[in-house]
Amino acid sequence: MATIAAEPRADRRRAAFVRSAAARIGMLVLVLAVLWGFWEGYRWLWIREGWTWPFVVDSTTMPHIHDILAALFRKPTSGTGDILLVQLLHATWFTAKEALVGFALGATFGFLLGVALSEWRLLQRGLLPYVVSSQTVPILAVAPIVVVYLGSLHVAPWFSVAVIASYLTFFPVTINTLRGLQSTDRRALELMRSYAAGRVSVLWKLRIPAALPYIFSALKVSATASIVGAIIGEAPSSIQEGLGGFIVNFNQYYSLNPENLWATNLMAALLGIAFFVAVVIVETIVVRRAPENVA
Amino acid sequence: MSVVEIKDVGKTFEGGTTALEGIELAIGEREFVSLIGPSGCGKSTLLRIVGDLIRPTAGTVRVNGKPAPQARADRDYGIVFQDAVLYDWRTVARNISLPLELARWNRRRRTGRVQEMLRLVELGGFESHYPWQLSGGMQQRVSIARALSFDPALLLMDEPFGALDEMTRERMNLELLRIWEASGSTIVFVTHSIAEAVFLSTRVVVMSPRPGRISDVIEIDLQQPRTAATREEPRFFELVTRVREALHLGSDLDRKLAAPAAEAQP
Repeated sequence: MATIAAEPRADRRRAAFVRSAAARIGMLVLVLAVLWGFWEGYRWLWIREGWTWPFVVDSTTMPHIHDILAALFRKPTSGTGDILLVQLLHATWFTAKEALVGFALGATFGFLLGVALSEWRLLQRGLLPYVVSSQTVPILAVAPIVVVYLGSLHVAPWFSVAVIASYLTFFPVTINTLRGLQSTDRRALELMRSYAAGRVSVLWKLRIPAALPYIFSALKVSATASIVGAIIGEAPSSIQEGLGGFIVNFNQYYSLNPENLWATNLMAALLGIAFFVAVVIVETIVVRRAPENVA
Repeated sequence: MSVVEIKDVGKTFEGGTTALEGIELAIGEREFVSLIGPSGCGKSTLLRIVGDLIRPTAGTVRVNGKPAPQARADRDYGIVFQDAVLYDWRTVARNISLPLELARWNRRRRTGRVQEMLRLVELGGFESHYPWQLSGGMQQRVSIARALSFDPALLLMDEPFGALDEMTRERMNLELLRIWEASGSTIVFVTHSIAEAVFLSTRVVVMSPRPGRISDVIEIDLQQPRTAATREEPRFFELVTRVREALHLGSDLDRKLAAPAAEAQP
């Protein structure tokens, strides 16, 4: 009988965990080293040969990676007078707060909308085209409107940014929730029917748990999109404290200090990875599935 | 009183396919009735009509003296499909207690009944396993425990062991007879296997296709309780032969295959 009733002993499991963690870290270091090698190698080759296609390579277009890292520990001419890393950490925290609230708003709204669209077919037919077309309006066009509207209600500017971020995050969640709720196994539904289960019970005990893998794939997309939304939303809100403000500022001085913008991008990327990993961790806790069914 | 009473039931699907026609069948308390027939004879359709998972286009079905929809609303039957259809995100114990939750049993009663069911299907100690950690046979036992957990008068089984290997299948047959004995329920069982139908049933209903109808009903007078040795009795083979012949008589395909051979004879 193919069961895994016999659990491996705790110490052996711990050893296996340590091994796999070490392998992962080793892999990460290797990948980073290879990327570093590519960047510096490309740079070296293009400068030596004087190649200009697809773009001219010099210290402005492709600063040395060690220069970018060094820039993190210098004091830039702008800002509070702290070294760049400290300033960027503050900015990252600020943007993370906007993105997190935006993500929570968008995910909640997106999920509820998905459930509503799946439960009422008529609503789906009437509303879904507008949900889809909402995403064809560029976020840059929506952002100032949100800022003006919410600003007139005396809402804190960072909250306007969160709302802008939620505009990007709700859509994948709605579409995947809808898809997930509608792909429930037919037999499982018949089983619920045989128990004379009500609509709410079917939704709560079958459709939603069965849709969780779909919903989590959407949350992974939304988590990173919320950061993009927050950064973009900071510009029309004239917020200086976030990563968006730093990007706009360093963009203007790019020809003088290109490393500063690269360093900011690095922090934004790290924030995105952190959000993504957070969703993955929650997924492994919440979604109980056969190992081969985990996306 | 009959547990199941089927009167002149017919089913024509949208598009005009007639799946069932003129089905008459009464199933008494504690009977074990198998529906057997080739693919397309409507045996699964008939089972679904009894369970009110689909509606007939003609005739009436009564379960426990009530119309089928009322019987479903009253949770008068449990159902087992070919696949165990366990919920991946629930442990074995929580899968079994699902119908009890829906029937609003309180937690203490649920826990007690789940333990009882685990003993019945001999899966004690597996309550906190997840379905994917079990073998196919064990999964199907969980599914049977779930179907019996709320003590329904009737158990509907749609090829429950069709996906299992022969060895597991024979063991599950014995298990099922033991469970039937212990639970005192009435069983309607759909199968492709002649030997399985004969071994398990008190009556075998032979069906034929296009349109699906009952072509023969065969009483199985093998001694109860049945054991592995039952499969080796001469009477068992006689009954298997009878069912096989009834199946072939009812099949269009066999008539067509037989016809040219007959013409070839001078």
